Amino acid sequence: MIGQAKEAISRAENEAAAGSPLVCVKDLGVIFDAGRAGFWGRKRLHVHAVEKVSFDIHPGETLGLVGESGSGKSTTGRAILGRVPVSAGTIHFQGKEITHAGKEMVRALSRHMQLVFQDPYASLNPRMKIVDIVAEPLLVHGLVKNSKEAAGEVAQLLELVGLPPDAGARYPHAFSGGQRQRVGIARALALKPQFIVADEPVSALDVSIRAQVVNLMQDLQARFGLAYLFIAHDLAVVRHISHRIAIMYAGNIVELADRHLIYDSPVHPYTKALLSAVPVPDPPVQRARQRITCPGEAPNPMDPPAGCRFQSRCPHVTQTCRDTAPVLTPRRPGQTAACWNC
Amino acid sequence: MNDSRNTPLLEVRNLVVNFYTRGGVVQASRGVSFQVAHGQTLGIVGESGSGKSVAVQAVMGLIFNPGRIEGGDILFRGRSLLDPAGKKFVRKVRGKEIAMIFQDPMTSLNPVFTIGTQITEVLRHHLGMTKDQARKRAMDLLDLVDINAPEKRLKQYPYEMSGGMRQRVMIAMALACEPKLIIADEPTTALDVTIQAQILELLADLQHRLAVSVILITHDLGVVAQLCHRVAVMYAGRIVEVGDADQVFASPVHPYTKGLIRATPRLDVVTERMVSIDGVPPDLISPPQGCAFSPRCDQAKNDCLRSQTLTPLGDDRHVSCWCAIKGDTR
Repeated sequence: MIGQAKEAISRAENEAAAGSPLVCVKDLGVIFDAGRAGFWGRKRLHVHAVEKVSFDIHPGETLGLVGESGSGKSTTGRAILGRVPVSAGTIHFQGKEITHAGKEMVRALSRHMQLVFQDPYASLNPRMKIVDIVAEPLLVHGLVKNSKEAAGEVAQLLELVGLPPDAGARYPHAFSGGQRQRVGIARALALKPQFIVADEPVSALDVSIRAQVVNLMQDLQARFGLAYLFIAHDLAVVRHISHRIAIMYAGNIVELADRHLIYDSPVHPYTKALLSAVPVPDPPVQRARQRITCPGEAPNPMDPPAGCRFQSRCPHVTQTCRDTAPVLTPRRPGQTAACWNC
Repeated sequence: MNDSRNTPLLEVRNLVVNFYTRGGVVQASRGVSFQVAHGQTLGIVGESGSGKSVAVQAVMGLIFNPGRIEGGDILFRGRSLLDPAGKKFVRKVRGKEIAMIFQDPMTSLNPVFTIGTQITEVLRHHLGMTKDQARKRAMDLLDLVDINAPEKRLKQYPYEMSGGMRQRVMIAMALACEPKLIIADEPTTALDVTIQAQILELLADLQHRLAVSVILITHDLGVVAQLCHRVAVMYAGRIVEVGDADQVFASPVHPYTKGLIRATPRLDVVTERMVSIDGVPPDLISPPQGCAFSPRCDQAKNDCLRSQTLTPLGDDRHVSCWCAIKGDTR
């Protein structure tokens, strides 16, 4: 079974010619079970976390996935990695379908795609030395017999992410947030993946350290041709690291475009509202900016409305929006948006 | 009351706060001084561990074991809040004339009481209102912070409200006794950006309408730019630069302030590479001699090993940097 999966993946690797996407997500839907309600619990509750999400990620590309809490951005990332069950749509990796990958296949796939977590304090085992943390993926995949054997490789990885050579012998508590995040990145790189899902990797870091980690991620991308799905809520950081950006709202992608198009000529009313809400660190400029407000509450994910999910807050809402959900349609070259009226 | 317009509303002088931990004495605040004038908004910016929260916690009397205030003074309307003789004054002032808004609106509201109970408690305790009076006032307060259907909201529990709504309730509670000073410790950090924008607009509007003074603690320079008249930049338990917000942003003097402004990514500016400040903030158990930023500073000289205090640079700007001062006088 593992052999089969491995074989299939290596076959796909050969097929992945230049130009074809590394990751291809089509109409992805994720529905979580949220228990029961009603008389004697007859009614099942579901959270519609992600619905009809489609995008491609090409080798060496960074796709920024931005949205507010509860928009489904992390769920999307985890669905690609096989960490949450997919209820609709398909996910292809290097041309091969991995939508309903089983345990064995997920394990085989983890050599090619890895995750970097948000919280560098919670994502490293405090009782393991750095060398063991970074060597663990190599051990799990049987590439080395023990962490001694991996020492050379670990030392290289630590150097790669800018940690001192003696870091391996120490425990996570000896490191600051930024350094821990470097350890997390080294661990993700251990298997030489082509694709990394970075789930809010710099949100927990201070400004001066955040830039260090973002720069490191960019350097590693340039060096190894990595593709990133960069999940974040900070639009300014995303602008720096991403080639293309997808804006999510209540489980849908509302706009997907090249990064400069998102910022210079946003189409969707939610994108506009989101951009105008980010304060610019320059008082005169900030005072002159106009905020576009969209009052109202986000829809209940247990009972999403028919039609567009932004309808309750949209200034341009019409009957069409209430009846039919819009899909992403091309606006300018390199820009798509899901809206009937813009 | 006898506030003369000349005495600042709040003055913190050379505040020293140490935490006695197992690992050693953490020097969280190493001589912090600042002033807040009437009706003014002061932003205190700094990274985690820079001592910005500790400074205002000392004002609110929230330094508990193993922390100790070991030096300096805090004056509110010219009277000391640390003087043991003024205990009664302190109790009257804290919570009433100085109110605080915390970062996480979920953990700072009591989950087992309704919003109404929690707001009216403040009013009855500090202002001695009757139940009915307090209820009416609570409804006015919710109205003030733009919560609609206040009657219904008063009966709700915190879990029934969104994060932004809860933060509005916290602001309403802070405003309950018509404070002279509101201390907001990272009030929007836990919120989404569109909600953050709403809360900041509300704070700015209330500050303007009620003429209260505000101390806003944040790590986000964008938030300072939106709300503050003055800004104090903290690093390693000290204020390194303080001045008019527009001027500090336009022409930062201290290398750390410069670095912080450069490192903050901007939505309106495209750069290929983010600017970082190399190195890490120092350990406050054994802070470096002299300027704490010197190990990360590209202009560091031998002078920087000598300790440095905030020095005026004209137009209300104070900076703690040998290089900047030399450069200025030259």
